[in-house]
Amino acid sequence: MTILKFILIPIIIIALFSIIGMFLVYMERKVCAFMQIRIGPNRVGKFGMLQTVADTLKLVLKENFSPKYIDKFLYNLAPLLAIIIPFVLTIPIAYSKSWQIWDINIGVLFITAFSSLSVISILIAGWASNNKYSMIGALRSGAQIISYELSGGLAILTIVMFSQSLKISEIIASQANGWWIIKGHIPVIVSFCIYMITITAECNRAPFDLTEAESELTAGFHTEYSGMKFALFFLAEYLNIFILSALGVILYLGGWQPFHLPNLLEFNNIMDFIPAPIWFFFKVFLIIFIIMWFRWTFPRLRIDQLLKLEWHFLLPLSLLNLIFGFILIMLNFIVK
Amino acid sequence: MTFNYIKDLIHAIRSLLKGMKITLKYFFSPKRIITQQYPTMKPVLAEKFRGEVVLIHDEQNEHKCTGCTSCEIACPNGTIKIVTKQEVNEAGKKKKALDVFVYHLELCTMCGLCVEACPTAAIYMKNSYEHSTFDRHTLLRKLNQEGSKLQSGIE
Repeated sequence: MTILKFILIPIIIIALFSIIGMFLVYMERKVCAFMQIRIGPNRVGKFGMLQTVADTLKLVLKENFSPKYIDKFLYNLAPLLAIIIPFVLTIPIAYSKSWQIWDINIGVLFITAFSSLSVISILIAGWASNNKYSMIGALRSGAQIISYELSGGLAILTIVMFSQSLKISEIIASQANGWWIIKGHIPVIVSFCIYMITITAECNRAPFDLTEAESELTAGFHTEYSGMKFALFFLAEYLNIFILSALGVILYLGGWQPFHLPNLLEFNNIMDFIPAPIWFFFKVFLIIFIIMWFRWTFPRLRIDQLLKLEWHFLLPLSLLNLIFGFILIMLNFIVK
Repeated sequence: MTFNYIKDLIHAIRSLLKGMKITLKYFFSPKRIITQQYPTMKPVLAEKFRGEVVLIHDEQNEHKCTGCTSCEIACPNGTIKIVTKQEVNEAGKKKKALDVFVYHLELCTMCGLCVEACPTAAIYMKNSYEHSTFDRHTLLRKLNQEGSKLQSGIE
């Protein structure tokens, strides 16, 4: 049985992630198109549904080119490391009450710890490419991710403080009588806003895509990558968005739990009828939509503006928010 | 100082929300989409759109080009090459006439200076635009049709 699990779970996760990756690329292109009054992919398959399949096929068939003056070992290691991290991060994510690989008692800490490793893959890629664009992009990424992890961690800490647990299943269980974003009052709403900004920055997406910054650095850290190695970076970016949005759903929107309104039994029963994984994926894609909405609305920040936003605004705000939440708990204002 | 800090913060949040409102409005109104799907939806071009140089021929297969090479001289990048021949008319007089009007479409920048330079208005710029081919040599064109003659009364 254990051996079967060892074989089956990786296969399921790989299949799930490749489908999610392809779907997210398609969704991104469609969302961006509609927001810019365009149509988006519409030639391959119905409504362009097979566009990402065609793109993936093209990337697989491409020549695996690598430049001459690079650090061969690190150059090949970086995309591998980038793609491993989202697979590791999926371990404590609960897709439904029983669909969870491993319910670690430090689930949230596990995710925050491993998600910060993605900066190492970017730094390795930038260093090994032996290219000034890549190096600048990678160093910017280092500054950016390390800064934004602070306020992201503090935002997560607010919820951990409220639910008094780091275990994913217990955090979800603490929201059985109402999601944190509804019953958590101002501190949770503020921390949710900070969390949304932070995951946009952690995933290196616009308006914080200084690591890529097409107009200044051609493609940033993956300038020298092409074919499947580039595709791995690309896929890792989308899977990271998925994982961090899933964590956001678990922390703020009640995980796989259906939406309930107090004192409306019939409405609640109808909501209970929808299976838990569908609720989970619906909420995750809602958050992903908001992140895509950010990307196609806001202009990119300069590096100094980016760091100023973190150190002058978000970090003081999240610290104050944490203290405010603590006072509310001391006054018994928040129901667990 | 604190006042400015808070004022900046509120201003920033308000302006960001304003931008997000606009993009969301676009997202939920697909009727606004202005994309023209090219191969199925051909664009309507202006009559004066400059696509390629054409030598005008009438029904009797006659053109107005006298072979004066004004267009060749006017062309800034050697797109046009006029080859002339000596022709003997009924009166027994020798006269210069057009033999081949060579036109390199691949070099043409569509500036229209040749049309302006032509003293007899023999050439004009057509508004066709689908010129892409797989072979560069198909873009080298001979503009005068086979067996065409100069219109009478054009000197």
